[in-house]
Amino acid sequence: MAVAAIREYSFTPLDLEEKFHGNRLLYVGWEDHLMFCAPFAFPLPSSMTFRDLVEKVLPPVYGYHPDFARIDWAAVQWFKSGQPWQPQWDESLEKNGLRHKDVIRFRTPGLTGLQGSCS
Amino acid sequence: MDMQVAKKKLGLKEKYQVMTRDLNWTPTYQKMEDIYPYVHYEGIKIHDWDRWEDPFRLTMDAYWKYQAEKEKKLYAIIDAYAQNNGHLNVTDARYINTVKLFLTGVSPLEYMAHRGFAHVGRAFPGPGPRVACLMQSLDEMRHFQTQVHAISNYNKYYNGFHDFRQWHDRVWYLSVPKSFFDDAITAGPFEFMVAIGFSFEYVLTNLLFVPFVSGAAYNGDMGTMAYGFSAQSDEARHMTLGLEVIKFILEQDPDNLPIVQRWIDKWTWRGYRVLTLVAMMMDYMLPKRTMSWKEAWEIYFEENGGALFRDLSRYGIRMPKCAETIRFEKDHLSHQAWCTFYNYTAATAFHTWIPTEDEMQWLSAKYPDSFDKYYRPRWEFWREQAAKGNRFYNTTLPMLCQTCQIPMLFTEPGDPTKICYRETDYKGMKYHFCSDHCKEIFEHEPEKYVQAWLPVHQIYQGNCFPEGTDPSAEGFDPLKAVLQWYNVVHGRDNLDFDGSEDQRNFAAWRAQATRNV
Ligand SMILES: [Fe+2]
Ligand SMILES: [Fe+2]
Repeated sequence: MAVAAIREYSFTPLDLEEKFHGNRLLYVGWEDHLMFCAPFAFPLPSSMTFRDLVEKVLPPVYGYHPDFARIDWAAVQWFKSGQPWQPQWDESLEKNGLRHKDVIRFRTPGLTGLQGSCS
Repeated sequence: MDMQVAKKKLGLKEKYQVMTRDLNWTPTYQKMEDIYPYVHYEGIKIHDWDRWEDPFRLTMDAYWKYQAEKEKKLYAIIDAYAQNNGHLNVTDARYINTVKLFLTGVSPLEYMAHRGFAHVGRAFPGPGPRVACLMQSLDEMRHFQTQVHAISNYNKYYNGFHDFRQWHDRVWYLSVPKSFFDDAITAGPFEFMVAIGFSFEYVLTNLLFVPFVSGAAYNGDMGTMAYGFSAQSDEARHMTLGLEVIKFILEQDPDNLPIVQRWIDKWTWRGYRVLTLVAMMMDYMLPKRTMSWKEAWEIYFEENGGALFRDLSRYGIRMPKCAETIRFEKDHLSHQAWCTFYNYTAATAFHTWIPTEDEMQWLSAKYPDSFDKYYRPRWEFWREQAAKGNRFYNTTLPMLCQTCQIPMLFTEPGDPTKICYRETDYKGMKYHFCSDHCKEIFEHEPEKYVQAWLPVHQIYQGNCFPEGTDPSAEGFDPLKAVLQWYNVVHGRDNLDFDGSEDQRNFAAWRAQATRNV
């Protein structure tokens, strides 16, 4: 048994995908920009395109940072669960293989935060 | 003729025997395992409960007398403090946020400790530990009550004090201390004792109480100082109990060692993660600082804790595994934590602020290897923006660690520029962690932690809005709805200290008290 208990002990996990009203969780982190203190959690429809994620969801979230407007998206490096990864911009999150509670990160070469401090 | 026989008074030793050990009996018509159902399933083997040593030999009658004396003194000070408007003597109104953090983050744990010790006291078949746990259970209830009474005085004048009980169950950052203690009281009795009695009360307690109590003293808060000292007077007994538990368990059976070591590893880490709140309090929230978090960690953990674990090595116990990770974090913890609260202060029940130039110099001096290089640029940028009326409020919810429930704000051991990401799969779902230690804790008992009530996920599931809220309605503002559900008043309890009602009121009242206005 995967828990110390006096008898049989198993319950449904609290965060199953079906509890998110048609959305699934996606976590996104921007490398070298820790002014945003932690990666973000987004509840998103799996049919959303990757392009919409980048062009509609992320700008209001990261736009406060002066580096955000300078990003050359063609040069951005993507990671999924820490491994290099190539998104298809016009495919859905589902087609991009992004499952519930996946985590992706992006690195923006040349941009390393406020005064190069990774902030 | 009647003979007057002098009543024989019991000696201390006999009295202890009669009033503790002799209260025990062996059941005849019930089975021991029915009366004490929780003592075996954790795998701890106890052969002889009589080997339990009680170094204090305190009996309940003496206990009541001592505690009543302490209460009398404490309430005299608290009353005097309240009657003299003592709150106006604190260094500046930012300090009061430290008291809010204590009331909401720590006091509810005192109450949980009361419950926990009552529960494990009942679970142990040995009369020695049972009486010791009973006393600690009452102590913890006392700590909780005196804290609430002392702090209620602040509630008359300042915001952010009015609903600590509900906040303990609902507010995102308070899920960190809450889940810590919930994890402990839902464990078996032995794990609870190692978790709270030893790891928290013995190893980490000085890092919790000393900073708050000396912080109060340095900043003119007599009320907090008074209940702090009063609670600490019970601490010697608690620490002795914590240490005795470890020694007793280890002396009973060699098979107990690996279990106890795993618990020490787990609970030192979990306790340390909760102390993140103390770290930022010491380095950022006290207008007049006592020492830095890093200095406190070095004295109370590295030196004192080091000596303790050297002492315990004769039982085969070694330093908790996490000590290495923590060594890397000590230059960064407080900065990363306060930045996080600065980010999310639209959703907190206390205020945050940018450190003043003087304070930044203090931080540079205390953290020569990290502050200027990694953190000052953030503060300077935020200060510039705030001056332009563009104060940074991060309103997108963060990713949380499944075990400690803290936003994933911690960096890789050895690389403060990279967030530390760890993940694991369990029954087809991914789980994420802030560290190797939180991941290991999960992997040992996944069935426990898959049920974690993670505030961010709960908000997204729609469970944190007032009844009748329609999240699909036009113009729905989730942050506003969540604050309503918390009973945190937007624009009053949250946001920057600068411009807050607390700031204005304190300035006006202090002016009335010190000048002819
Ligand atoms: Fe206590
Ligand atoms: Fe964690």
